[in-house]
Amino acid sequence: MSATKPYVRPMAGWWRRNPFFMRYMAREASAVFLAIYAVTLLVGVFRLSQGKAVYDAWLAALTSPLSIVFHLVALLAVCYHAYTWWKVMPKTLPMLHIGGRRIPETTLSAVGWAAWLAASVIVYALVRGL
Amino acid sequence: MADSTRTIEIEVLRYHPEQDTEPHYQTFSVPFADDWSVLQGLQYIKDDLDSSLSFRWSCRMAICGSCGYMINGEPKLGCRTFLRNYYPNKVRVGPLDHFPIERDLVVDIDDFIGKLEGIKPYIIPREPRTLEQGEYLQTPAQRDQYEQFSSCINCLLCYAACPQYGLNPGFTGPAALALLHRYNADNRDQGWEARQEVVNAEDGVWRCMLVGYCSEVCPKGVDPAHAINQNKVNSTLDYFGVLKFLLPKGATK
Repeated sequence: MSATKPYVRPMAGWWRRNPFFMRYMAREASAVFLAIYAVTLLVGVFRLSQGKAVYDAWLAALTSPLSIVFHLVALLAVCYHAYTWWKVMPKTLPMLHIGGRRIPETTLSAVGWAAWLAASVIVYALVRGL
Repeated sequence: MADSTRTIEIEVLRYHPEQDTEPHYQTFSVPFADDWSVLQGLQYIKDDLDSSLSFRWSCRMAICGSCGYMINGEPKLGCRTFLRNYYPNKVRVGPLDHFPIERDLVVDIDDFIGKLEGIKPYIIPREPRTLEQGEYLQTPAQRDQYEQFSSCINCLLCYAACPQYGLNPGFTGPAALALLHRYNADNRDQGWEARQEVVNAEDGVWRCMLVGYCSEVCPKGVDPAHAINQNKVNSTLDYFGVLKFLLPKGATK
């Protein structure tokens, strides 16, 4: 009975084995850009508290090519993150029913995506003063 | 059958614990008919080509949960995966990921069996009903709350799909946590407190990072990721002492 010699396979590089895992890692990694963007924004608020000259210098720094490239990449990353966030969100909810029928996960995600789009449009309109 | 017979290459991961230091692939040429499953391919190998090949199987119709293998890197039941879908390419069959290989396609599932017992997979009523009180009553709506989670056949595809289990074998894992939820979600059961230690533990629901592949590979539509992640909410409510007000009256130990 004790003669078994089980072989345990290594886990190194596990996330490269399956496209599903790669998408998962992309989802998690996209949060890093979100965090860096949030810190950038916090620095801006801090600069604002230090006076107009300092705040203007921060605004000027944002117009550098490096900053613009970062913001474009961050925008894409945040969009992907938001998309995946709503996609998995229904897994965290209890089963929801309307009129005795279960609401499918795809419907819940679609409501989330629609709300996200609507909120983005409203915020953009407010900022642009439309 | 003769005119529809084609030949496919099946690569099988072999591991003989008494001779090998590590597993290696062995290729077999298998003539197959259109309706042949991967399992039938393996049976052909064992019957006609190499009787030393070891693999688990039983019912051949996705009920028993014995024939889970990694087929071209994806966890699948051998009996409901068809060779015609891989032809003319090779098909590569290995033992389920994340479990120690005992021999060839046979893995050691003792760890899972222990976890299955640990979740108390039976109805825990506050007070068992006496015969005079009659049967437990349940509406279809109440049954819907747990029915899908009760469809698990313990095939362990979800464990092979869960990188968290591979990285942290202490993780209670998808099937066991889904079955735990199956009982917690049953209105005849008041066993949250008896199972809360497993749920709330670091190796319980919180080890899950919502990769979500477990629900993708499940052949029975159990959706373990849903069972686990809604219990993160329950576990949080439990931590703040709110859950006991939301549970059906009188949870029990």
